[in-house]
Parts: sequence; C-alpha cells; structure tokens
Amino acid sequence: MTVYDRVVTILNDRLGVPAEDVSPETTFEQLDLDSLDLVEFALGAEESFGVRISDDEAEGLRSVGDAVALLESKGLGVTQA
Amino acid sequence: MGAGDPVGRMTAVIQGLGTSVPAQVVTNDDLARTLDTSDAWIRSRTGIVQRHVAEPGVATSDLAVEAGAAALKSADNPEVDAVVLATMTPDRPCPATAPTVATRLGLASGMAFDVNAACSGFVYGLAVAGGLVSSGVAERALLVGADVMTRVVDPADRNTAVLFGDGAGAVVIGRGNEGDDGAIGPFDLGGNGELGDLLHIPAGGSRRPADEDTVAERDHFLRMDGKEVYRQAVAGMVVSCARLLAAAGLDIDDVDHLVAHQANARILAAVGDRLGLAEQRRVCNVDRYGNTTAASIPLALADLHRQGVRPGARILLTAFGAGLSWGSVLVRWPDLGRP
Repeated sequence: MTVYDRVVTILNDRLGVPAEDVSPETTFEQLDLDSLDLVEFALGAEESFGVRISDDEAEGLRSVGDAVALLESKGLGVTQA
Repeated sequence: MGAGDPVGRMTAVIQGLGTSVPAQVVTNDDLARTLDTSDAWIRSRTGIVQRHVAEPGVATSDLAVEAGAAALKSADNPEVDAVVLATMTPDRPCPATAPTVATRLGLASGMAFDVNAACSGFVYGLAVAGGLVSSGVAERALLVGADVMTRVVDPADRNTAVLFGDGAGAVVIGRGNEGDDGAIGPFDLGGNGELGDLLHIPAGGSRRPADEDTVAERDHFLRMDGKEVYRQAVAGMVVSCARLLAAAGLDIDDVDHLVAHQANARILAAVGDRLGLAEQRRVCNVDRYGNTTAASIPLALADLHRQGVRPGARILLTAFGAGLSWGSVLVRWPDLGRP
C-alpha cells in the first residue's frame, strides 16, 4: 500500500470521503473539509501510523498531495499490507 | 438489583437527580450580532445551536442551590451531611462556594467544600463524594456540578465565546451495594499538568495576581488552544473508557448509554465512533446547552432520565478538561421514579 493509498483510507474511514472523489491534486477545501477535519485527519494518521502531525502542520495542508508529502517526510513508506 | 447479580461490596449509590439552567437563551445568531461568526460556522464546528446564559448578578451558587434543591426533592429530602461542589467558577476566589450552597439549602452543619477539576469536575466529584459516603466519613452527600462559564469567557474571543453556557446539576449520594440501582464505580481518573496551558485563565491567581495590566491584557479570561484540546480530548476519553472497561472486565457492548462531557458534538462523535458504540446509545445535548463544564454530565443525565432509562442500566460517564484532567466511571442507572 502506498502512502497515498493510506491517506485515502484515512480520509474514507475517518471523514467519510469517498475514495473516488480523491486525487493527489484534490484540495481539502474541494472535499469540504474544515480545520477540525484536518485535526481529525492528523489524529487518524497518528492512530493508524504512529506518526505525529502537529496542529500547525495540519493547518498548512492544502491538498491530498501535501498530506502524502508530509507523511513521507516523516519516514512513512510503502507497506506490504 | 437484577437476578443473578452477586451481592456486592458496600459502595456509593445515586439516590436523586436535579438540574437548573438560567432562563435566558442566547442563540448563535444573537452571538453573531457582536462577534465575527455565524450560525452556520458554529453549528458545523461544534453542533451548538443555543446556550443558557445567567442574567447579570447571578452566581454559581444561585444555580447550584436550585439544582441541589431539585436533587434533594427527587430523593424525598433526606438528611445530608456533606456538600461537594464541583466548579471552576466559584462565586468568589475565597471562600469556597459549597458552604454557601449548603447553608442556603438548610444543610448548615455538615462539611462543604469545592472541587476544581474543570470539565472533569462532576466525575471527580462522584469519586470524592462517593468516597466520603462509602468510607463512612459522611452518611449522605450532595454533589453539585455548577458553572457560570460566561463570566470567565472573553466575550470578544469568537473561538471560545460561542462554546460555553451556564448551568448546574446535582445528585444525592447514599450508601448501597455494588450492583444496586444507582451504584457508582469503578473509576478511571487521570491528569497531566504538563499540558495545563492548553486551557487556562492566565491571571488572577497567586502566580500572576490581578492588576491593571492583567485586566488590560484580558488575562483574567479563559484561553484555549482549541485544536490541541480537541485531539487530547478525543484520545484521552477513548483511552480512559477503554482502561475502565478492561479493568471492569466489560466490553463496550455491555454499556447501555454513553454520557460523555458535552463540549462539542464532533468530539462526541469521534469518541463514540472510536469506542464502537451505536449512535442511539450516546447522549448528546450540547446543541441546546453548549459546554457547561461541571454541569454538563448531570444535565445529560437529566435528558437520559426524561427518555425513560431502565433502572440498573449500565451508564458509562466520561469527561475531559483543563488540568489536563480526565475521568470515567460506570454507574448503574438509579430508580428515580417518573421523569
């Protein structure tokens, strides 16, 4: 599973975003996600991957691609699962 | 007690319940007249539609006395020799507010003191008042959770002014056995002072006494890092509930109703989802009251009472707030008669 796939999974599981609505270029604004949804996304990432995303980092995320890049910068990579 | 339940050890049991909220209702549109906010923003971020706000001159003890009197009445006005008031908005910094409440309720001679655990105050209060009763230090206790949060919230701060409301709720606590209707326990309580700055009133205490500067800087008002509190609250309540259920040898399916501190509908949803509890078993009234701090759990219990809960039903209470402080407890629904 790529980091992108895992981000899509969190968006779907935690925030009810249908996977087909998401591409790397999709912005959180287009998905109608607000600042608390980004906090919920950060919490989901922490619970699922053990990776801490600070509130400031979460606030700076504009697109799904941003979230993937941030998680990759924290050492998250492709998994077998 | 249900058939087949073992006769339990002596414990504290809830015997009466009462609440009070100020008559004045403030809607989101009312707030939007003086703050840069909107009904849509407040509803989507918090689930709050309105809150009750104390009229000028009304103090925490005024609401606490009304709730206390209603709780005593629902327990057939028994003798009470301990009054515990959970509040973070006492009438005055000194003395404690509980003695005033006790005297005005005609309970003058017993012990009376305040507990400050902010939004966890009611759960902490159950542990304190229940402990007094089950240990024999007191025969019967009145626990009141009451706050007039609108006095300590900065009316010019749109991030906090929209969240809070005023209210009070009380329970009468007597002695009984584990497994009885109304039985309180076990508990999971905790705190973390390292994160005390996430939710605090910076000035007016011994660290920074009130002076012209603290007032000019509005440091006598509540400050909150909302996003971090959101994260901590969700994770904290979920972990606390899971620990409590594990210690009690129970599964979430053994819980009939979840009564979580009513801070924000989205926190309630996040906690309920993570615990795996069906939505119809979660109590939510934050839409009508906002966050009433120590009063939120008894106000939610009163809603549950109006819905007609079966005595003996297993209720999971959980709360999280400034301190940080958190706590969870299992309660068997008391036989309170008709709503």
